[in-house]
Amino acid sequence: MRLVPRPDPVRDPVRFVDQRLGAGSLLRSTLRYVFPDHWSFMLGEIALYAFVMLVATGVFLSLNYVPSDETVTYTGSYAPLQGRTMGAQYESVLRIVFDLPAGNLLRQTHHWAANVFVVAIALHLARICLTGAFRRPRELNYLVGVTMLALALVEGFLGYSLIDDLLSGMGLAIAYSVAGSIPFVGGDLAILFWGGEYPGSSAIWPRMEILHVLLIPVAIGGLLTVHLVQVIRQHHTQFPGGPRGERAVVGTPLWAAYALRSIGLFLIVAGLLLLLGGLVQINPIWLWGPYETALSTNGAQPDWYLGWLIGALRLMPPLEVRFGDYVAVPNPFWGGALYPLVVFGILYLWPWIDKRRWGDRARHETLDRPRDNPRRTASFAALATWVFVILFAGSVDRFAFRTLISYEAQIWFLRGAAIAGPVVAYLVTRRLCEELRARERHPLRGWSGEVVRARDDGGWAAQPEEAPTDEAAGEAAPPR
Amino acid sequence: MSGHRHLSRARRLARAVARRRPLLPRPVRVAAAIGCASLAAAIGLGALASQAPSVGAQAGDEPPAATGNTPTSPAASGTATGPAPPAAIGAAPPTVTGSEPAPAAASGSDPASATPGQLAEGRRLFLSGCASCHGEDARGIEDVAPSLRGVGAASADFYLRTGRMPMEDPQDEPQRKEPFYDERQIAALVAYVGSFGGPPIPSVDPAAGDLSVGFRVFGELCAGCHQIVGRGGITTGAWVPGLQEASPLDVAEAIEIGPYVMPAFGDQLTQEQVDSLARYVTWTRQPDDVGGWGIGHIGPVPEGMVAWLLAGAALLLTIRLIGERTTR
Repeated sequence: MRLVPRPDPVRDPVRFVDQRLGAGSLLRSTLRYVFPDHWSFMLGEIALYAFVMLVATGVFLSLNYVPSDETVTYTGSYAPLQGRTMGAQYESVLRIVFDLPAGNLLRQTHHWAANVFVVAIALHLARICLTGAFRRPRELNYLVGVTMLALALVEGFLGYSLIDDLLSGMGLAIAYSVAGSIPFVGGDLAILFWGGEYPGSSAIWPRMEILHVLLIPVAIGGLLTVHLVQVIRQHHTQFPGGPRGERAVVGTPLWAAYALRSIGLFLIVAGLLLLLGGLVQINPIWLWGPYETALSTNGAQPDWYLGWLIGALRLMPPLEVRFGDYVAVPNPFWGGALYPLVVFGILYLWPWIDKRRWGDRARHETLDRPRDNPRRTASFAALATWVFVILFAGSVDRFAFRTLISYEAQIWFLRGAAIAGPVVAYLVTRRLCEELRARERHPLRGWSGEVVRARDDGGWAAQPEEAPTDEAAGEAAPPR
Repeated sequence: MSGHRHLSRARRLARAVARRRPLLPRPVRVAAAIGCASLAAAIGLGALASQAPSVGAQAGDEPPAATGNTPTSPAASGTATGPAPPAAIGAAPPTVTGSEPAPAAASGSDPASATPGQLAEGRRLFLSGCASCHGEDARGIEDVAPSLRGVGAASADFYLRTGRMPMEDPQDEPQRKEPFYDERQIAALVAYVGSFGGPPIPSVDPAAGDLSVGFRVFGELCAGCHQIVGRGGITTGAWVPGLQEASPLDVAEAIEIGPYVMPAFGDQLTQEQVDSLARYVTWTRQPDDVGGWGIGHIGPVPEGMVAWLLAGAALLLTIRLIGERTTR
């Protein structure tokens, strides 16, 4: 008989750790945590992984960026800018592009990741709003998400502006005008942030850098943690039907199923962003050249996620509120400041607007499919149309250049579309949802054809076979 | 016998698996996803590797490429034979090239020294093709077309060679198209219009210009309308052409005369700056795309389209494939 158990190189250390930390039960519950199966729940994951890529590439970029506008003469390896005087910040990015190994790959991957990050957030937001996932008890987590979207827009603009190339320099000039247009306090605010009247003092570069590489990423990371912890605590919402209900959560456990799927998704996101970074040129700052306040270029645009603000500035008729010579509300305020405030105001209030409209204050662990609540779906479609019509207006000069359709005519058309578009989108979406619901409820509106089969003798026979309506419609049939 | 039974059991098993999962079992899907991602990452890294040489090379070999195939120096244009169509347009007929600033090219090209036969043919072509708008005496017709007295050979050469004149409707904005007249006829018309006085056809030699000077001057004077990489755009009341088809001589003439709503910059620029601008504009046909596919060289609009339509669509497709699709 053995009184002393034989030492085991695996079990013993594990037991040692578990007896002192009690980590076993925590690990077990973590590994058994269930994740939702439906594909639309992975939109937020894409945003998360884009953020991971942003941090990973951003660390490299921040180590090589110089937040200074000190004038230097370019002597690097890019011939068309030889001997040009420029700011040190622009020169440092040229060095990243041309003189550091993999520098431009990482810079471009960073920029593509930023663009895809906001795409994923927008789609994730659409999923939440269309299915009612924001309802009680998840309103606060929804607010956290909308706040991260707002921070992502500011973060993106700062990253774009840090370089001080011709495009971003023009963007900063517009930002200064918009900041200055805030009634009564705007001018002082703009001078405070820029460190003086436009173009401001040198202090703005380290300010923007510290916001871009430290404060806002940390804020996003913190909110992200809150967002995810809250999702874990409350568990995911789910579509109705099957064994699911308000009191049960169905999904795939983390180990050994969902973790693999999620790691796969991360690798796909990372691979796609690296591919874009290596193969598709983004923001070629060496072609734009350095910014000086007297310079400008035709066709200048912000990145897509701020295009709706440029669009609003363009569409807004030249209205100002004046008292004698005093301009109380300068024109850029409407498109550049009030419009995003209204859009984000609607987004922030969305759960409470929804509550009011339906008088529905109950807890909801299950979702509505978009068609199940036609008016909610139609409302979100109207909001999205409002934003995207105006986003399109931001690029209308390039569209006019390509199509030769007069710019002024397009502006007038889009002014109309910005007002009528949401109404049309509302009506069409609502009708679509109602039709979709009606179609699946109506037993006779499925497939009603007849199957004709080849006979062995070469002829054809219309078989009075069981019509495939049940099976074909089964895929899309309502859960109830 | 037993082998047959094994086979049928395997088949039954396969069928059972297939029945449980409509498309592929999840482990296969996950494995496929990871495989795709690794492949994508590998290609990305490959792109990185292929990126390095172009960075090192471009400083050295770019300037000759910009000027090598453009027959634009006065000496070259005298022979007037370039292989590519734009080059042929760029090389103006020998009778009108050069002029006072370039003594080497003063071979009967001055309008003043145009032959009487040329002037007569120019007069004849003018009456049949131009006079209905510009007037029989070339003094213009009010509200239709401007006077051509004093616009000079530079202007006539620019408008005729780039196909901007004649226009169908005098209210239109002149646009680049295939030239209406052949080289001999253009030479005759240019000689005729030039005989009223005005600036002669300028000389330009992009090889003598400096690319970085051209980039800087273009940014200061031209990019506000033509876009910094010469991709064109719109301004109040005008459609600004992209410059990828413009020959160096087109650039020099446009600087001199200021066509349509463009201001004339001839007085502000030295010959070296004009040469440098012509060199820069030629360079923008194929700028340094060290970052990969250039997607139009106009920045955020095509970039946003790639982000949504390419990356967004690819990622949506991915999650549709690796996630479940039913809501039950």
